Amino acid sequence: MRLLLAALMLAFAAPALADSLLPPAEYADRQLADPAKEAEARALMDEIRCLVCQGEAVADSPAEMAGDMRALIRTRIQAGESPDQVRQWLISRYGPWVTYDPPFGAATALLWLAPLLLVLFGLFLARGRFKRRTRA
Amino acid sequence: MNMIIGGLLFVVGVAVTIGSLAARGDVIVIAYGAIVVGAAQFLIGLFQASKGQAVGEGGLKRRLLLLAPFAVAMIVLVGIFVAPLSWEEERPIESAMIGQSVPDFDLPPGLPGRAGLASASLRRGEPHVVNIFASWCIPCRIEAPQLDMLKRRGIPIDGIAVRDRPQDLAQFLAAYGDPFRTIGADTDRRVQIALGSAGVPETFVIDGRGIIRHQHIGPIMDADLAEIVAAYEAARR
Repeated sequence: MRLLLAALMLAFAAPALADSLLPPAEYADRQLADPAKEAEARALMDEIRCLVCQGEAVADSPAEMAGDMRALIRTRIQAGESPDQVRQWLISRYGPWVTYDPPFGAATALLWLAPLLLVLFGLFLARGRFKRRTRA
Repeated sequence: MNMIIGGLLFVVGVAVTIGSLAARGDVIVIAYGAIVVGAAQFLIGLFQASKGQAVGEGGLKRRLLLLAPFAVAMIVLVGIFVAPLSWEEERPIESAMIGQSVPDFDLPPGLPGRAGLASASLRRGEPHVVNIFASWCIPCRIEAPQLDMLKRRGIPIDGIAVRDRPQDLAQFLAAYGDPFRTIGADTDRRVQIALGSAGVPETFVIDGRGIIRHQHIGPIMDADLAEIVAAYEAARR
């Protein structure tokens, strides 16, 4: 009896979720009517970091806050903003960290230029090698 | 040998970097590692080749010597993979709005009969402490006594209730105290996001011109009171 009671209490216990009791935002999981705008919004959601789950994009996260951010992205794009404007708006709130597609800047210059520089360096090295070989 | 491994790692690194620039930032860290290690291997191989050494020649010692850089490279690579696992946890996300003017908003009251909160009222010369909270937020219960202490020190607190229902809000205030002068209902979390706040509870100190001066992330503990009071006093000047 006691065991049954304990099981019942567990079954009906409210989980300590960090989620509100309100339903998800309207556009959290509802597509925009215009497929082109929906595609733009979707592409941006893949590049915006979920703030409460940090390793995931807003598009992939089941977190309530990620849903609110998806809704925000969809409503802003529906209202005529470009994905880049929405991205900039979010960056002005949370810093460049919020996007998985970091804009070119002083802090990210190395990130963007390293492959190019290394390829050039490799070509330079290879050129030297081939020259020596033809001479011999 | 070193040159081949290095070259391969390098090519993979470059490919992953180019691919990941379009996708996820976290992969870039790994790609960077591969590029650096690959380039190092390539250079070592080049150096050895230029001295006329090759794998297979010479004794065991030389072979081990040739393997050593590869072993080091593997350790570095494993480190690059493993280290972020411990970084990723609980990193507070600071608002980029500190020093900026508070965004425009006009929130209706969270409870009937109470005052809501509009950004216009944050620009009328007096500093404000704005507490972002929710009845469904467990850590918000922890900071209730500290908020009450601030109120008793004569610092008014304006609340923004995130995604809340009036009945839950009323219950929460009855149970844990009601230090709020105003309570704005941020039902769709739009104002919280506009402020650059990433969670509840968070507390912002805003000066008389509406410039955000200070952000406190997480519940206000006893040890944080001095910092909030100091920010409020500084915002007064």
